[in-house]
Amino acid sequence: MHRKTIDVWVGLFVLLGLAALLFLALKAGNMSTLSLNKTYAITGKFDNIGGLKPQAPVKSAGVVVGRVGDITFDNKTFQAVVTLDMDASHQFPKDSSLKILTAGLLGEQYIGIVPGGDTVNLAAGGRINSTQSAAVLEDLINQFIYSKAADGKDTAK
Amino acid sequence: MIAGLLARIGCYVRESIESVGYATRSFFGLLAVSPGAMKRPALISEQIHFIGNYSLVIITVSGLFVGMVLGLQGYITLTPYGAEQKLGQVVALALVRELGPVVTALLFAGRAGTSLTAQIGLMKAGEQLSAMEMMAINPIQRVLAPRFWAGVVAMPVLATIFSAVGILGGYLVGVQLIGVDEGAFWSQMQANVDVRADVLNGVIKSLVFGIAVTFTALFQGYHAEPTPEDVSRATTRTVVIASLMVWGLDFVMTAIMFNK
Repeated sequence: MHRKTIDVWVGLFVLLGLAALLFLALKAGNMSTLSLNKTYAITGKFDNIGGLKPQAPVKSAGVVVGRVGDITFDNKTFQAVVTLDMDASHQFPKDSSLKILTAGLLGEQYIGIVPGGDTVNLAAGGRINSTQSAAVLEDLINQFIYSKAADGKDTAK
Repeated sequence: MIAGLLARIGCYVRESIESVGYATRSFFGLLAVSPGAMKRPALISEQIHFIGNYSLVIITVSGLFVGMVLGLQGYITLTPYGAEQKLGQVVALALVRELGPVVTALLFAGRAGTSLTAQIGLMKAGEQLSAMEMMAINPIQRVLAPRFWAGVVAMPVLATIFSAVGILGGYLVGVQLIGVDEGAFWSQMQANVDVRADVLNGVIKSLVFGIAVTFTALFQGYHAEPTPEDVSRATTRTVVIASLMVWGLDFVMTAIMFNK
């Protein structure tokens, strides 16, 4: 085959590959998780994070406003320190609170941020003091069983 | 008797280690002459055309069917839990992480690897490689290196095309044929396929497979005895060794990349 025709076909081949990659990145994948947009980090301490994982979404009113950056353990307070990478286009008041929620009954866990009423917004590196831990299924069942047992004792008397 | 058996085992182990070492040395030898081969990109593009473009049909058709089967089977498995909306995620993750790179590599070994081995084995049998050496042309630089780099370039491209076509196949069966909600199909996929963790790692996998398969094919061809029997045996060895390498490498890379 002629030299130039080969080059044309090879060019087409590589372009087809790039188009496929673009398709995977834009249509199949979520480009926004690449976090090209600016973020600011805030931290919160939790007594128990349950099954929360890095990259889990941070939602406010159901809309994703950031992602969990990393999770470390504080050796002094024995709490989990969760760093949140918040989208720079969303600002929250200083006294906002965090809670760990579960998508559906068995779904993955995410963080819900409930805005407070303060006029000052959270800055980069800010800390949220009011947090609510993950609801651990075993604890809930235990509580339910104990309360049932306590009820039973009352009626026996 | 026992001493003889021990000697045989020892000999076998020594020869295995020696051949691994020899292959490693050849690999670095190939890399060492590559800068020289890069000076003639026309040779590489010719080989990409031979290896890549001609593999396109089988890769596209296989990708389409693998995607369609995934869509069908995924639907059957997910429906009892009322989770058929997750179909898009199942199809996309399976393809991008595992099936795309692995199946493409196996097809690539069968479609392109064998032809490389046979070609180089016959060149050797016809003493073309020796003739080149007589003309002070390094056959590794002139013949092997362009084919190697062409394979390394073609493999990720083919794997990406495989995954993309596979997702379309899953869409075709899942959404168009069975009737999973189209919006849920794509949005569940987009919410759970990460560009860096899934798509990029898949491309890295296919790059590694490209290196392994192409090098195995070239090595087997170059070191085949110049007889018709051994060239045919080398072709078989290419498929067997390349496939086993793909499985082994895939396990190791999956363990490293997706251990979370």
